[in-house]
Amino acid sequence: MVSSLCGHQTWFARKIREEMSLVSHADDHESTRRDFIYYAAAGGGAVLTTVAVWPLVNQMNPSADVLALASIRVDVSGIAPGTQLTQLWQGKPVFIRRRTSAEIEEARATDVSTLPDQVARNANTGEDVIATDENRSIGEDGEWLVMMGVCTHFGCVPLGDAGNFGGWFCPCHGSHYDISGRIRQGPAPENMHVPVAKFVDETTILIGEEEEEA
Amino acid sequence: MAGIPHDHYEPTSAKEKWLHQRLPIVGLMYDTLMIPTPKNLNWMWIWGIVLTFTLVLQIATGIVLVMHYVPHVDMAFASVEHIMRNVNGGHMIRYVHMNGASLFFAAVYAHIFRGLYYGSYKAPREVTWIIGMLIYLLMMGTAFMGYVLPWGQMSFHGTAVITGLFGAIPVIGESIQTWLLGASAVGQPALNRFFSLHYLLPFIIAGLVILHIWAFHTTGNNNPTGVEVRRTSKEEAERDTLPFWPYFVIKDLFALTIILLIFFAIVGFMPNYLGHPDNYIEANPLATPAHIVPEWYFLPFYAILRAFDGDVWLVIIVDFITFGFVDAKFFGVLAMFGAIAVMALAPWLDTSSVRSGRYRPMFKWWFAILVVDFFVLMWAGAMPAEGIYPTIALIGSSYWFAYFLIILPLLGIIEKPTKPPATIEDDFKAMYKKDRSASGTPAVSPAE
Repeated sequence: MVSSLCGHQTWFARKIREEMSLVSHADDHESTRRDFIYYAAAGGGAVLTTVAVWPLVNQMNPSADVLALASIRVDVSGIAPGTQLTQLWQGKPVFIRRRTSAEIEEARATDVSTLPDQVARNANTGEDVIATDENRSIGEDGEWLVMMGVCTHFGCVPLGDAGNFGGWFCPCHGSHYDISGRIRQGPAPENMHVPVAKFVDETTILIGEEEEEA
Repeated sequence: MAGIPHDHYEPTSAKEKWLHQRLPIVGLMYDTLMIPTPKNLNWMWIWGIVLTFTLVLQIATGIVLVMHYVPHVDMAFASVEHIMRNVNGGHMIRYVHMNGASLFFAAVYAHIFRGLYYGSYKAPREVTWIIGMLIYLLMMGTAFMGYVLPWGQMSFHGTAVITGLFGAIPVIGESIQTWLLGASAVGQPALNRFFSLHYLLPFIIAGLVILHIWAFHTTGNNNPTGVEVRRTSKEEAERDTLPFWPYFVIKDLFALTIILLIFFAIVGFMPNYLGHPDNYIEANPLATPAHIVPEWYFLPFYAILRAFDGDVWLVIIVDFITFGFVDAKFFGVLAMFGAIAVMALAPWLDTSSVRSGRYRPMFKWWFAILVVDFFVLMWAGAMPAEGIYPTIALIGSSYWFAYFLIILPLLGIIEKPTKPPATIEDDFKAMYKKDRSASGTPAVSPAE
């Protein structure tokens, strides 16, 4: 131990003397030890920087309480046909609309091949389902439409009973949605998304996934 | 400093010598303040001082506001009202800070367009220009985050839209947006971190301002002729320049006084003129205001963002050749950031051998159209995205890109510039003579 330490000292001392007196240091095998500390320092620095930076980046991701999945039950008994309820869920509005038969008829008469976005965007049906009104509304009769009240352009909340297609209109950048929440005109790329939702009894809609059914 | 020969600080007393040997700070300040400055600078060269002042004003009022503000979704709006109603002089401090942002941007746009007209971005001042563009980007980030803090309706839904810009990036966009917001929607995590960053960024801007000044002190100021100061001897340099102190400092402070007169008239008599009434309604995630518009200083770029919808042939082509990777939404985002990127690239896009627009007969007109275009875009951005307005925004956006990507490179080749004066001294003398003959007063030799 002592001797190796002394060895170091003499090596450094010699190196320093060489540098100071500008003696040539042609003997190459000694530079490998210097190379080693260069690489070790650079490598250690890179690892330590990553280790230090990652937590600083990751802390900005959603925290545990935000991530905790929440589901809500909404009483829809008070909604009259042709009106809608807006419910806050996970920080975002959800539109729950009870449609009139005329509205349902209009929504179901639309030819899917004319739509800008032909995917249903329904979390209940899976990904490759076409955007018919049947694939977006709840139940056979299609009386209820539940969807995220978030414009797929830049996330504004569209206005109900507005726009050129009798559905929703986003005031931010002028996207028009039809009565099935499908994009028809304007910059939004997708139909408004349908979240996981189902009736748990006659008048209650469950939005979100419930981990354990009671 | 480097380049223009001039006198340097020499410590005289024993105390000065003692300090100078240990920390040459007085010398640094002397050289910075006494820098030889082209003596033909016109009134468009005042904006640097105005901007520096405004940065200090914003930091000072901001620090005071933080003493009373609470960054919490349930209390932020109320705490701002508390500042407005209860804190001694709080309403004034907040109005100064609020309108200070507008002053900041008004001055920075004047400063940028000054640079664009007189070719201040051209070699050897490219680094000054790039640092300036970085400052401008940080200013926009800072202003945006500051606007979120009062937690009004515009704050909230504006944040949803602006963070949605990042969500438009293909594949990774949604993760970035979630990472920025700390949740899937705008809420407490977003408010808290924007508050932190809104406090931090001005100090980074201050650091960049020092680099910006350092850079142009190294190359020397540009001037209305674009002709460089003669550097062959100190005598010649002195015939082209005057020291910054006191000549230009006093001139700039005079201009600042006039500007502050207007500024405080606005703060005092119409403090909410540039704001939106909707932001005096507390944030409500369930209802977006009928008409979302950013603050006036973002409008030109907001217009560019909205201009490229799915009906524009360029967007359709790009969508097609990228297999839908770049859709209309992402295209708009790219266009908005691209509009600033092409401006930052001006030093390499401008091919003309003449620096100042004063001696470029064709350039003058294209530049004038660019200025008009900027205001047209600002106006179009404030209008609803319906009817004729998107078309106007599209034409305006196209010209913005065409100016930097087509007109600037081509003009250098096809334009025949007129001849700039040989020296700054010549320009100054011609200007002085014109003044004298116009007023008809007998010649008075300038006290040089």
